[in-house]
Amino acid sequence: MGGVHPPEKKFAEKQSIERLDPPKMVVIPLSQHLGVPAVPVVEKGDQVRCGQLIAKGEAFISAHIHASVSGKVVKIDQVTDTSGYRKMSVVIQVEGDEWEDGIDRDETLIKECSLDAGEIARKIQEMGVVGMGGATFPSHVKMMVPKGKKATHLIINGVECEPCLTADHRLMIEKGEEIMVGITIQMKALGVDKAIIGIENNKPDALAHMKKLAKNYPGISVEALKVKYPQGAEKQLIKALLNREVPSGKLPIEVGCVVHNVGTAFAVYEAVQKNKPLVERVVTVSGSSVGKPSNFLVRIGTPVSALIDAAGGLPDDAGKVINGGPMMGKALNDLEVPVTKGTSGILVFTKKESFRPQEQLCIRCARCLTICPMGLEPYLLAVLADKKRLEECEDEGIMDCMECGSCLYICPSGKPLLDHIRVGKNRVGKMIRERNG
Amino acid sequence: MSALFNEITLFSVISLGAIGGVAAIILFLVAQKFRVIEDPRIDKVEELLPAANCGGCGLAGCRALAEAIVKAERLEGFHCPPGGNDVMQDIASAMGWEAEEADPMVAVLRCNGSREFAPPKVRYDSAMTCAFAHALFAGEGGCPYGCLGCGDCVLSCGFDAMHMDKETGLPVIIDDKCVACGACVKECPRNIIELRKKGKKNRRIYVSCINEEKGGVARKNCKVACIGCGKCMKECRFDAIRVENFLAYIDYEQCTLCRKCPPVCPTSAIHELNFPVRKKKEAVKEEG
Repeated sequence: MGGVHPPEKKFAEKQSIERLDPPKMVVIPLSQHLGVPAVPVVEKGDQVRCGQLIAKGEAFISAHIHASVSGKVVKIDQVTDTSGYRKMSVVIQVEGDEWEDGIDRDETLIKECSLDAGEIARKIQEMGVVGMGGATFPSHVKMMVPKGKKATHLIINGVECEPCLTADHRLMIEKGEEIMVGITIQMKALGVDKAIIGIENNKPDALAHMKKLAKNYPGISVEALKVKYPQGAEKQLIKALLNREVPSGKLPIEVGCVVHNVGTAFAVYEAVQKNKPLVERVVTVSGSSVGKPSNFLVRIGTPVSALIDAAGGLPDDAGKVINGGPMMGKALNDLEVPVTKGTSGILVFTKKESFRPQEQLCIRCARCLTICPMGLEPYLLAVLADKKRLEECEDEGIMDCMECGSCLYICPSGKPLLDHIRVGKNRVGKMIRERNG
Repeated sequence: MSALFNEITLFSVISLGAIGGVAAIILFLVAQKFRVIEDPRIDKVEELLPAANCGGCGLAGCRALAEAIVKAERLEGFHCPPGGNDVMQDIASAMGWEAEEADPMVAVLRCNGSREFAPPKVRYDSAMTCAFAHALFAGEGGCPYGCLGCGDCVLSCGFDAMHMDKETGLPVIIDDKCVACGACVKECPRNIIELRKKGKKNRRIYVSCINEEKGGVARKNCKVACIGCGKCMKECRFDAIRVENFLAYIDYEQCTLCRKCPPVCPTSAIHELNFPVRKKKEAVKEEG
């Protein structure tokens, strides 16, 4: 249902992943994941090595954070994060590049995994793996199937439906084997025997490569999907691959599915087989006027400005720098903010591209209605949210909105529909929490 | 005979009249049985209230306040901000109860981060509503506590007492129109607006900042931020100022409006309103 077709602009799809050297200073926020912020276990002045645990995620929905470089902790303080608000972060001054013992940095593939399901989930938790698609939900929580539910399928999201982003695409081509092993490990942890990798039709090379590899791994199949945004959203992906519909307000496990990103599968491989915590990730740096659109493997905590410099510097006509994809990402206030576990891309928009048309009145064309992937009525929700008619918002299913931004993209009147819906969602969420006590 | 008086007409009139009569009796009996007896005093009190239905008293509207007052049979604990002491006195004399004197209040904007003092570093072009801007980012000027300037408070004001100043990007509160209903206080996602005592001759002294960051950090974004240096606290002889989390707050109950603190503030974060201009001699002394 629904969906839009924004121009793909995958400028960096032929650029192989390039490893960036660690910067002089990294800022590692303590809240890079969904859930409770981690609690620091190092102190100012401590010497840390790369891969060392620096903050513990003690709550159930939380994740450990590891040092991504070796050096000295210069401060643990509030530092401006991607939103412009100040969040607790650990700042490390880089000295050399020493890694913690026991981390296997060799590139050789290890296929066999002797751990059992519980051990795998624990290992994933220990290594601080979170969802790499952008939502950064702690992965070990997804590995534990709640009592009374049974998973039948593991779904691997290789869709990368956001325009411009190519990080997952390159990862599939270059680290395909590792991803396959990661998937088998995840299957073992979940106790399922079927895994489906969904890949959009616009990546024929990745599709062919993964299909070839999947032949050697029993239970894993690769499916080509129609190019459409948001094809990679959890519920849409399940619908497209298995024709199962996740009920409103429920998780995919309700229909026997667990969805992970290919990036997460790779992180799981590294965590379990190589004992390597999540300290680096692939980030696409792209944009129509960027000198050298690239895919970088960077340490968590590297300032965004370093990435842009490595991709040829900030172009003169830059209007906006976006953290994430062009549809769901957020514009950055400041280029010194760090790359976090959820940063999938850094996009530079030109002044022309970042222009937002003057907002006009709704002309009732109902385009937002036809494209809403969740079958909602964005124009109505925006108005109701604006007028604070929260009960009606709830009845109209505002909480089902996944904030994909299709309505905002399609609106011919330039109404920031999603912005209003987000406000409404916040308020309705608060109302529901209050009602439930 | 004409058609007017034929049998059909006659039967219709009689039967309909009978049905009407029976229905009237039933309605009368039902009305008797389920009659709601309402205290006539509620109407009386409601008539005295300003009928603004602003919710400033904390209840759903003027009728609700009237009901609550009559139910409690006293005036203590109730106050109608738009009506003020006059209205409460009227109600008191009409009902024969005692009215408490309450100090008139006014909404005060505790942020002075105008475009001049907190120059915008980025441009915001999403939905013009503070609620969204607050959830999205720290603000154009970069201060995570400061006014976002989208004007949610202006829209919430039912008394036309606020407008946005295009030049500073901050809302302006018109003291004479403000009735202290508190709608803007509730609307502001950053709790910048506070209801403070209106003061004698409309004179007020307050800290126009709510930034709780360390001085240096706050100053980086805004020239007129409170840095929590505590100079005003030392200057105050009435214990009216306290500094917590790098932020000074003047308690309007304790403040005697002595005007000692505004000149010592290094960032001019303390505002004094509606006072006569300081004498030159004093000003020179301050500089020295």
